Amino acid sequence: MAMTMTQKILAKGSGLKEVKPGQLIKAKVDMVLGNDITAPVAIREFEKAGLIKVFDRRKIALVPDHFTPNKDIKSAEQVKIMREFARKMGIEYYFEVGRVGIEHALLPEQGLVVAGDIVIGADSHTCTYGALGAFSTGVGSTDMAAAMAAGEVWLKVPEAIKFNLIGKPSEWVSGKDIILHIIGMIGVDGALYKSMEFSGEGLEFLSMDDRFAMANMAIEAGAKNGIFEVDSETLKYIAEHSEKDYEVFTADSDAEYVKEYTIDLSKIQLTVSFPHLPENTKTISEVGNIPIDQVVIGSCTNGRMEDMRTAAKILAGKKVHPNVRCIIIPATQKIWKQCMNEGLFEVFIDSGCVVSTPTCGPCLGGHMGILAEGERAVSTTNRNFVGRMGHVRSEVYLAGPAVAAASAVTGKISSPDDVIG
Amino acid sequence: MKYEGNVIKYGDNVDTDVIIPARYLNTFDEKELAKHCMEDIDKTFVNRVKPGDIIAGGFNFGCGSSREHAPIAIKASGISCVIAKSFARIFYRNAINIGLPIIECPECVDDAEEGDKIGIDLDNGVIINYNKRKSYTVQPFPEFIQEIIKAGGLMNYIRQ
Repeated sequence: MAMTMTQKILAKGSGLKEVKPGQLIKAKVDMVLGNDITAPVAIREFEKAGLIKVFDRRKIALVPDHFTPNKDIKSAEQVKIMREFARKMGIEYYFEVGRVGIEHALLPEQGLVVAGDIVIGADSHTCTYGALGAFSTGVGSTDMAAAMAAGEVWLKVPEAIKFNLIGKPSEWVSGKDIILHIIGMIGVDGALYKSMEFSGEGLEFLSMDDRFAMANMAIEAGAKNGIFEVDSETLKYIAEHSEKDYEVFTADSDAEYVKEYTIDLSKIQLTVSFPHLPENTKTISEVGNIPIDQVVIGSCTNGRMEDMRTAAKILAGKKVHPNVRCIIIPATQKIWKQCMNEGLFEVFIDSGCVVSTPTCGPCLGGHMGILAEGERAVSTTNRNFVGRMGHVRSEVYLAGPAVAAASAVTGKISSPDDVIG
Repeated sequence: MKYEGNVIKYGDNVDTDVIIPARYLNTFDEKELAKHCMEDIDKTFVNRVKPGDIIAGGFNFGCGSSREHAPIAIKASGISCVIAKSFARIFYRNAINIGLPIIECPECVDDAEEGDKIGIDLDNGVIINYNKRKSYTVQPFPEFIQEIIKAGGLMNYIRQ
């Protein structure tokens, strides 16, 4: 039977020759991930069940990134649970403050995920690694606990939606705009339980950072996973970051998809998602006059090097609007250092931005930039639900780094063209 | 498994951020989480929910973050079962894994009004809305998932 990329990876992971949509399988996992919100619950379940050993101490990553550096005593206690568990079990990939970064930027950068892997993570944005041609999906803490013990996970083989990408995106349009456009088109449950499979000649115009941002937000369309066809760009990234063995899976030409879309990247405009759902998208020309109070440039979606460079290009020689706080959060220590070496921090600081250490922080209303009642933020993060970044009557507008940086300068949601004349 | 309670009704896309806001995720104590359940969508929920009550939600219930704290908070608040038109997949897994009964039944949700008394017989796959004098047949869970439920959650199943 013909299979999609996802189906082939799941067949390999479950030791079967073929799998069919709807089939329940047990698959071996190549990496299990948890953070400082989800891992403590998993550890409690693990210990409550009387388990004493993890399946493989080199296939578990514990990443305290959400409330770190710890914002209060309770969150410090949660990280302590992780730290002690990691020591007790000899888990190799526990990342302490000073080495830690936002999990979905960190794992690929550290070479811990490669093409063909099966990764589950107790974080919904685990789907990010689909950019590398891996199957990766978010689960809860109990699933994480079970996988830490048994090294496998039960999964329902998903149906697939194919996105055939063609054309070249115009200037300033990034992976974020493309995925927001797609979510606007299919809705927040448009890919519920399904895999979103990205391929086509347009891939050659998408950097790895673009692809990470797109796969990252597959969950915002309800998808089980998002996955990209592996090309020379992917292989170059893997070669530069990892020594792990990888395997490239290509969809059969007659694989079945429940739907197929052709997306002409050249027609996609800068896109903004209005509160309170990622599907409420407008193109930048439809936005109108929306004054803002805060800009956040960072997160597992858009805290990577290219995002930083785009922001700096727009902010160079400009000042952040007097009514705006602009918070920049490079996603990992490596990105942080690169920003420093390239002189980007000078640009950010001279323009009046603040630069934070790597953390998920404000994205989920944790810390480092919480909104007061009635405040509005333009953010490169991934969710704009009610109360997501703070007060229940605050608003988050999702955008890519170009719109976010331009908006910081003008004090209202803006296109880079309004700033760079 | 039989449940009976009154309906508390919500719309589509009830996300895990409104079920339990992240500002409370610096703990995983279930009683503490229950105190803030649904806070950002319905401040009255915690005061009016009674043991056994049933949440009726629209499409894509539980979308967003993977926080298991969401079904934990719902269960600890006394809700016996969530009926929705559809569930976001991670919430669906989490609910099964922690033993919060969930049922997909769009027709039942459409008919149900706030406060309606509902009876659920999960073994026989039947929901009854006493106020509307109507019953609904629901799809049983796949066998494998039934085994997890029977074992009392995923960790018990793994141990077996």
